[in-house]
Amino acid sequence: MTSVRTGRPRQTSPTAGVAQVLRSEWTKIRSVSSTGWTLSVAVVVTIGIGMLISALTRNEYDTMPVRERLTLDPTFVSFAGMTLGQLAMIVFGVLVVTNEYSTGMIRVSLAAVPRRGAFLFGKIAVAGALALVVGMITSFATFFLGQAMLGPYRAGLGDPGVLRAVVGGGLYLTLIAVFSMGVAAMLRSPLLSLGILMPFFFLISNILAAVDSTKKAGRFLPDQAGSRIMQAVPRADEAPYGPWGGLGIMALWVIAALAGGYALLRRRDAQ
Amino acid sequence: MIEAVGLTKRYGDKTAVYNLSFQVRPGAVTGFLGPNGSGKSTTMRMILGLDNPTSGQVTIGGHPYRRLPNAPRQVGALLDAKAVHGGRSARNHLLSLAQLSGIPARRVDEVLGVVGLQDVAKKRSKGFSLGMGQRLGIAAALLGDPQVLLFDEPVNGLDPEGILWVRNLMKALAAEGRTVFVSSHLMSEMALTADHLIVIGRGQLLADMSVRDFISANSADFARVRTPDTEPQLREKLGAALTEAGGHVLPEQDGALRVTGLPLPRISDLAHEAGVRLWELSPHQASLEEAYMRMTQGAVDYRSTTDQKAGLQQPLPPGAEPPMPVPGQGQPGWYAPPSPQQGGQPFVMPAGGPGAPAGPYGGAPAGAYGAPGAPAGHGAAVANPYAQPAPQAVQAPAPATPAPAAPAAPPAPAAPAADTTQPEDAR
Repeated sequence: MTSVRTGRPRQTSPTAGVAQVLRSEWTKIRSVSSTGWTLSVAVVVTIGIGMLISALTRNEYDTMPVRERLTLDPTFVSFAGMTLGQLAMIVFGVLVVTNEYSTGMIRVSLAAVPRRGAFLFGKIAVAGALALVVGMITSFATFFLGQAMLGPYRAGLGDPGVLRAVVGGGLYLTLIAVFSMGVAAMLRSPLLSLGILMPFFFLISNILAAVDSTKKAGRFLPDQAGSRIMQAVPRADEAPYGPWGGLGIMALWVIAALAGGYALLRRRDAQ
Repeated sequence: MIEAVGLTKRYGDKTAVYNLSFQVRPGAVTGFLGPNGSGKSTTMRMILGLDNPTSGQVTIGGHPYRRLPNAPRQVGALLDAKAVHGGRSARNHLLSLAQLSGIPARRVDEVLGVVGLQDVAKKRSKGFSLGMGQRLGIAAALLGDPQVLLFDEPVNGLDPEGILWVRNLMKALAAEGRTVFVSSHLMSEMALTADHLIVIGRGQLLADMSVRDFISANSADFARVRTPDTEPQLREKLGAALTEAGGHVLPEQDGALRVTGLPLPRISDLAHEAGVRLWELSPHQASLEEAYMRMTQGAVDYRSTTDQKAGLQQPLPPGAEPPMPVPGQGQPGWYAPPSPQQGGQPFVMPAGGPGAPAGPYGGAPAGAYGAPGAPAGHGAAVANPYAQPAPQAVQAPAPATPAPAAPAAPPAPAAPAADTTQPEDAR
């Protein structure tokens, strides 16, 4: 093209490109303060509420009806903070994606990574891996601290289904965060994304699952299906799926959100 | 080389860019000019594959950007200085971009030094001024040492030193054989920086020519001739004589004649032969800015109207006094300052009125460019030591009272300076 050019540009292999995107996204994610804030809020809230509910359950155990005492799921009790803690995970997932758009950085990023799939999935892989680490730490910490609060009624990690529930809790938080990233990639605006996701997971999904007429459909919502894996003691109201089946349903939601986000990112103008 | 062929972009029913075809060649700075909203940034985004053209295509070195191998090492761009996460430090911002293209971290520190941001490298970019943001954006464009560089309005918000630096940087990059494509809405800036010009208006190509051609085509020399105002028939007589001699005569609004096609001595000789006295015979050159504005006249989307301020001014509550103007801060310089003794009388009528020897623009620019009280002979300036306004007062509209007989706001800062510095009676 020009006389100055010394040779053909170095052709990078696709795998090298992915490694570069991952490294770059890691720099991006660790260099903004919102990452630390949202994730630490998720940890503190989940553990704090889990411990509180566990302590209350221990105090009230003697006054509980026999039926509840028999079906007490100490593991699930200690996960009581997940409902609130997942909201911080949603904020984390939304901000990771939307701050590219709200700052205009998306144009710089996509000019640097013309392959948009590599950009989006690189970002989600890094943020998802971070969410997985934090989610696992949160899940195990909230389990052990919650069980300590439960005292004599505690469950051990070796009890049937407990390890699966604790690992599942970490996966659940991760999937919630990744689902939020997919939705945010579709919506692009942080306010819009949070305005839809927060009330949905905090209120609407719970209402749908509680009302009889919508119960059957409500069971298939991502958080309702996914949270089943955190129960170590099977419930009486048999859902048509098991713990892993529920997590699978949630994973399908996540895949759908990511596919939608990718399809729109690839097609749309970057702004 | 950047090549656009029939590039068209529509947003809904608004056409931002229509059938744009051009080439940007290596080894030169190509200026991309157009009024606000003419489609410059849209075109830049399409070059970078950020926006998809509705039709047509644009390639860099023969490839569409999104299929360019190792694009960030070949193309560097500054699109929007504020497109940075404010909570991230300048260094981390550049580092994340460097890592994307496999550029070593050492290069980040190099470009931070090149743009002069090494001292604030660890600071969050939230606190950056617009000029610092531009420098950060330029640093990002330079990261990959690319052969093709795009800059969208790079001098916005830069101080004069920064503007000079950007100008020299562009020239140096082009001299190294790179392709440099710079957008701007300032003709004057492009005349100094660019070798080649692409001018668009309303998304369509208006001109694609070298700066030298643009200048010679658009800045014709002319002479301004003024005959005594008191004898209009002399003007007719001279006009006829000049036209007969092959000159092109154009009457100007203030009664002067604009003459092209005749050298100044010839005009003087002709006037002498016709027995016409001259009050003025001066050489002039139409500015590039004027030529550019003529060219884009029909293509300006956003044009200002006169501010009527109808009914907006709130009546002062009874007993309140209008704010006391601070001498030299914004208020027109030709007002006499409030005398301390009078206290409650902030505005005194202009000394001598509009027709007086030191009229509005008689004193003001002298104060702007000269030392306080410098031009002797300006009655008001000498009598009134506060009458020298700050430089911006010349361009700022009079806040309360419209200036009597004020000329229209100068289209280009440089052009009418020659007129306004003279007292009216000296023309």
